[in-house]
Amino acid sequence: MSALELLSPVGLVPLSAFAAAALLGMVPSWRVGVWINAAASTLCFMLALRLPWEIGVAGPLWLVDRLSVHMALLTTFVAMTTSWFSLTYIPAEIAARRLDRRRLRLYHAIYQLLAGGMLTALLCNNVAIAWVAMEIATLAAVVAVGLARTAHAMAASWKFYLVCGVGLALALFGTIVLYVAMLPATGPGLPAMSWSAILPQAARGDGTMLNLAFALLLVGYGTLAGLAPLHFWLADAQSEGPTPLAAVLAGSMLNAALVLILRLRQLMAGNAEAIDPGPPILLLAMLSLLLGAFSLWPRLDARRFFAFSTIGQSGLATFAFGLGGSAAIFAGVLHLTLHTLIKASVFQCIGRAAQMKGSQEFSRIGGLIVSHRALGLTLAAGILALAALPPFGLFTSTFLIISETFRRLPLASLPLGIGLVVGFWALMMRLHSLCLGTPTPNCRREPLPAGASGVRDALALVPIWAQLAIVLLFGLAMPAPVFNWLRLMAEAAQ
Amino acid sequence: MAQQLLPLEIADGVGLLSQNVAHMLGGAALLLSFALLYQRRIARVLDACALQGMVLAVAALWQGWSQGAPRLLVTAVMVLAAAGVAIPMALRHAALRRNMHREIGTVPGSFTSMLLSAGLVVLSMSVALPREDLALALALVLLAALTMVMRRDALAQAAGFLSLGNGLILAAISVPDMPLVEELTGAVLALTAFGTFGVVSFRERLDPPDAGRPGTAGGPAQ
Repeated sequence: MSALELLSPVGLVPLSAFAAAALLGMVPSWRVGVWINAAASTLCFMLALRLPWEIGVAGPLWLVDRLSVHMALLTTFVAMTTSWFSLTYIPAEIAARRLDRRRLRLYHAIYQLLAGGMLTALLCNNVAIAWVAMEIATLAAVVAVGLARTAHAMAASWKFYLVCGVGLALALFGTIVLYVAMLPATGPGLPAMSWSAILPQAARGDGTMLNLAFALLLVGYGTLAGLAPLHFWLADAQSEGPTPLAAVLAGSMLNAALVLILRLRQLMAGNAEAIDPGPPILLLAMLSLLLGAFSLWPRLDARRFFAFSTIGQSGLATFAFGLGGSAAIFAGVLHLTLHTLIKASVFQCIGRAAQMKGSQEFSRIGGLIVSHRALGLTLAAGILALAALPPFGLFTSTFLIISETFRRLPLASLPLGIGLVVGFWALMMRLHSLCLGTPTPNCRREPLPAGASGVRDALALVPIWAQLAIVLLFGLAMPAPVFNWLRLMAEAAQ
Repeated sequence: MAQQLLPLEIADGVGLLSQNVAHMLGGAALLLSFALLYQRRIARVLDACALQGMVLAVAALWQGWSQGAPRLLVTAVMVLAAAGVAIPMALRHAALRRNMHREIGTVPGSFTSMLLSAGLVVLSMSVALPREDLALALALVLLAALTMVMRRDALAQAAGFLSLGNGLILAAISVPDMPLVEELTGAVLALTAFGTFGVVSFRERLDPPDAGRPGTAGGPAQ
């Protein structure tokens, strides 16, 4: 692990985020900070665009394969669009006095720290360093959730810390046990905790120890991925704190944890002595899917509602990973990718709507298409996409997962179908109340001057349209290079 | 290190002794975890925590000597400074600001929690048995997690977190030649210190805003 590796084209991606975090921590003015944040996030995405040409790098620190590059590109893209969204979101929060301008410095530093942590975890070859990166990202997200300093935000933040802290602890224990399990295959030293060395040697690992490591890592990282039974922190966390940071960016953290679970599944599948990783993953995933779907119904808070939907969708993608095989993994990664983009769009719309209506409760947000046409239509498109309706791409991935389930595990298709239908109906019901019907009154203290609000609204929607355009493109006609890219990735990760 | 200089039989004896001492220290740390779970007064809970940190520092020293790994000395110093002294002191400071001798209440259902904790110890022994050292550390981690679930007070939960970190460090130091142990120790202590900072700064605001609210007890919340 040399400084040279840290400054390589791969290392520069997370390093640029960490450097931006340090810089933003020193910028006193939030007006400057919000622009530096957007510029730094854009730069980080530009740097990540180089990653596909680095595939094959497997040093002590970085592992660049299709999976890690794909997820890093997705994370940097969402971080970039969300930072653009912040440009209009933050001034409105300041005007409404929901966010203290002194805490904005912390907000921006946390934003980059969270992005840097996630990117390090995704690109890291070393299992232990990936854990440290996940820890950094989690702690950054904990601070983000508590940023508003209200009683509910503080309680949610503390719950987040406790639950994910236990998850992280189990994951670290699993990492240590994984090292012990791989000692017979690779000998002591860094190789025993490097994905690039242990994955080809999986067959020679100690089966008993691998089982223990798998159980601990699955529950540990499963907690961070919002999987049942330790999922309940997510709804609290995603409904508190500033929307761009606590709901959108922290949502990408789930992906980093799921990628680690996917790699772990691959490792387990390569060892004959170890248990089959499929059933435990399928069980947790199905539980999350059903819990996520049935918990949607009684929700009164919009952000909490969509947080539960995240639990369900995360469960569905994990279900595909549990099925295994290249077709299911293809569908799972596609689902994860599109869901991240859609959920970012939906949360951004809800964040904007909550600013206009002065509340994020369903009873206070209604008839958006009548009162704010562009926002209402965008939100409607986002919810339709989330409900996996064509022409949006989530239809393709959901359809693939269902057909794979029918083919490979017919018995599981019944609960899967029930979960999907229940979730679908809840989404349709909320689509109706949020976007159609009579509009609810706007917040008395409209945060933006009336004349500027039309232009500002449209500007705030541009990043959302960019995200939804990709989802639409993937649904209508997935470009052949993207298809090949995903297919090769799924074949390598099965 | 010591073993290599001695004839084989004696070296075996020394190896066994060093293993026994390591197990004894691990067992002592585990006993203190039980104290963490049952003590009524927050001051006693924090005493148990500090003592556990000190036992862990001694364990790290011992492992450093018996594995011939002087770098574990760094771990021992870090553990002693943070988990043995600084973090318990900070928590004590937070407790003093309110009422030191306040009872934080017994763990609900003493008998149930006793059964649960015994079950967790048995579970960790059975899943990690070929490696007794890892089994002890796992029991420590699971008991600490149980403490955090059972205790409703943020201060006691932070103490539970400290013990959780102790369990992780115990596992890391007991694996010979594991790389990055000092770095991981630092990361674990930072995770613990983060919670302690939260309790010291925002103690009054960490408990759920209204206890009657569904979901604050851990179930799906509205």
